[in-house]
Amino acid sequence: MPRRRLIYAMTWRLPIIIWQAAFFLVPLGFMVVMTFWAVKNYRMEPDFVLQNWDKMFSKGYFWDAYWLTLGRATLAAVIASLVAFPASYALAFKVSPAARRWAIFFLIIPFFTSYLVRAYAWQVILAEQGVINAGLSYLGLGPFTMLNSGIGAMVGYLTLTLPLVVILQTFSLASVDRNLIEAAWNLGCSRFRTIFRVIIPSAKVGLILGAVFCFILSFGDFVSPYYLGGSKPPTLSILIIDTTKSGQQWPRAAVVAVTMIATLMVVAFTAVSAAYRKPKQ
Amino acid sequence: MTKMFAKFSAGRLSRRTMLKGAAATGAVLATPNLNRAWAADPVEINMLAWYGHGEPDMVEEFEALHNVKFKAKYYAGGDNMLALIAQSPPGTYDILLSDAEFVQQLNAAGYIEELDAADYPFDDFFPEFQKFPGHWTGDKLWSVMCRYGHLGVSFNTEVISHKEAMTYNVLWDKRLTGKVGHFDWHLPNLGCLSLRDGNNDPSPFDINEAQWQKLQETTLSLKPQVGGYFDYGGTFSSLKNGEINAMCGIGDWITGVLQKDGAPVDSVVPDEGGIQWTESYSIGKGSAKADLVVKFIQYMLSGPGQVRSAQMAAYPGMLPSKTGWKALQAANPDEARRQGMMDGLDNNPLKLIREGRIFWRDIPKQQSLEDWNDFWSEYKNA
Repeated sequence: MPRRRLIYAMTWRLPIIIWQAAFFLVPLGFMVVMTFWAVKNYRMEPDFVLQNWDKMFSKGYFWDAYWLTLGRATLAAVIASLVAFPASYALAFKVSPAARRWAIFFLIIPFFTSYLVRAYAWQVILAEQGVINAGLSYLGLGPFTMLNSGIGAMVGYLTLTLPLVVILQTFSLASVDRNLIEAAWNLGCSRFRTIFRVIIPSAKVGLILGAVFCFILSFGDFVSPYYLGGSKPPTLSILIIDTTKSGQQWPRAAVVAVTMIATLMVVAFTAVSAAYRKPKQ
Repeated sequence: MTKMFAKFSAGRLSRRTMLKGAAATGAVLATPNLNRAWAADPVEINMLAWYGHGEPDMVEEFEALHNVKFKAKYYAGGDNMLALIAQSPPGTYDILLSDAEFVQQLNAAGYIEELDAADYPFDDFFPEFQKFPGHWTGDKLWSVMCRYGHLGVSFNTEVISHKEAMTYNVLWDKRLTGKVGHFDWHLPNLGCLSLRDGNNDPSPFDINEAQWQKLQETTLSLKPQVGGYFDYGGTFSSLKNGEINAMCGIGDWITGVLQKDGAPVDSVVPDEGGIQWTESYSIGKGSAKADLVVKFIQYMLSGPGQVRSAQMAAYPGMLPSKTGWKALQAANPDEARRQGMMDGLDNNPLKLIREGRIFWRDIPKQQSLEDWNDFWSEYKNA
């Protein structure tokens, strides 16, 4: 590449590089350093002790919270992807472009309101004296415990992520080359098989990114497990709050946060690699 | 003025008219500045407090009287307060509303100023509160008590009767499986369950290793009953919507608010005893507005201030001064009766204290706060 074009390209990339360095890499580095600091008389003091890592990693409740958070985020990603796919498929292939635009608009609307407010609204719906149980009682069923449980937390995760997953899947499916689909049909491939052998492989980047976004948002979410899950049992984000509340233990909270970021990086890199991996010839 | 504008438009404005107009315009434009100079901008007082203490129902009268404006930062729980103040440079907060058990830690860390006892009406306090433990080191005063309340069992009156609620053992009742909630702070919960274990001599917070082990077993045995752990807002909503039917470690500061809203809830101090929360004012280290803060504390201990304190919209509280009781009885006898601040009532807080059924909420004496908090995290994950 000619030198001038290289400088031109680098100049345009510079803002995002500076942004990421200033607001991601530097704070991340600071947080890693903080994990080695000590707390004396409720004040953090720069130090180099391994005690915080040792303390958190040796606690059973840390690992319980870790596996719970990982499991719930994975489940949310799977459920969101499966629930979103039929809707995304219909929006991409079965409706008019105008209808698709309206659908995307309505999927964006939930993001206009605070997620916390939406979580509180779900409390009214999921409570034992709430809307769902009131409806079920007419059928002689229930009441069922949904609020302050894993079900409540999952409803919260899906409230947060499902619209986003549908949007990502829809854009991805809508950009699948229609000629490939027609070729599959012309060659005698059934509609069902065409979905699995042609459409999903062609749209896999968007489908995987949708699932990854759902995983990331659910993994770090505090609102759903606390306000709909009843903090029972706590996830890692709740553990961070608990740890900071206890005698200013920010270094231990930083250990939890760094572990979360490391996990998210592994998951994100693995998923993105899988998304862009070329199929075997 | 209209004529002047017409002349101006026609380009026929004389020099004299022009000067008159300029003078009038200048006077009009200067008026707002004169007004502002006369009524100077209010002095901002930074407050660190539990929710509600900096709201208009508490401070508006004092703000108007002294031309000040409170800017409040709220916290929930003493550990949370210490964390917030530790992150702030000296002088950030002019006034701190602290739980009494954390005053000595605030003092040890150098976060608060020494107070002059002569500034405050301790003679007007009931004897139990005149030299409140933790507020003094020798003759040095660090904090002044402004309100308090009692913690025990709070319950849905349609599910549990008053008689049943008079023991912490009701929390293990089969009707409450999945319906017991916790306000998510270890101190009041473990304090009440420690009383259930009989740890009342000298205090539920002063327990030896064997008693601590037993308390952990007791608490863990409650886990199958637990429906959730809640913050301030969640505690209110879970009791109100019937998701939770009983809690320990909270009291009238929660159910008193819900009762006003018509919720069928109440609180009692069980036979095993109850915990007292105590809120106190201190002056932040390095505050440049200490004189105003002293005046504010004096106001809150006066009759009108105490009445506001007892009826605080966020959560009610009981009063430490005789003047406060008299003022509340005159201003709102129903509320005085509801909170027991009248002679001869069964729920009279002084009666409960004098019967030895109330223990100050304290920090653990033989374990560290960290030990208790670690166990609380384990309990939540159990």
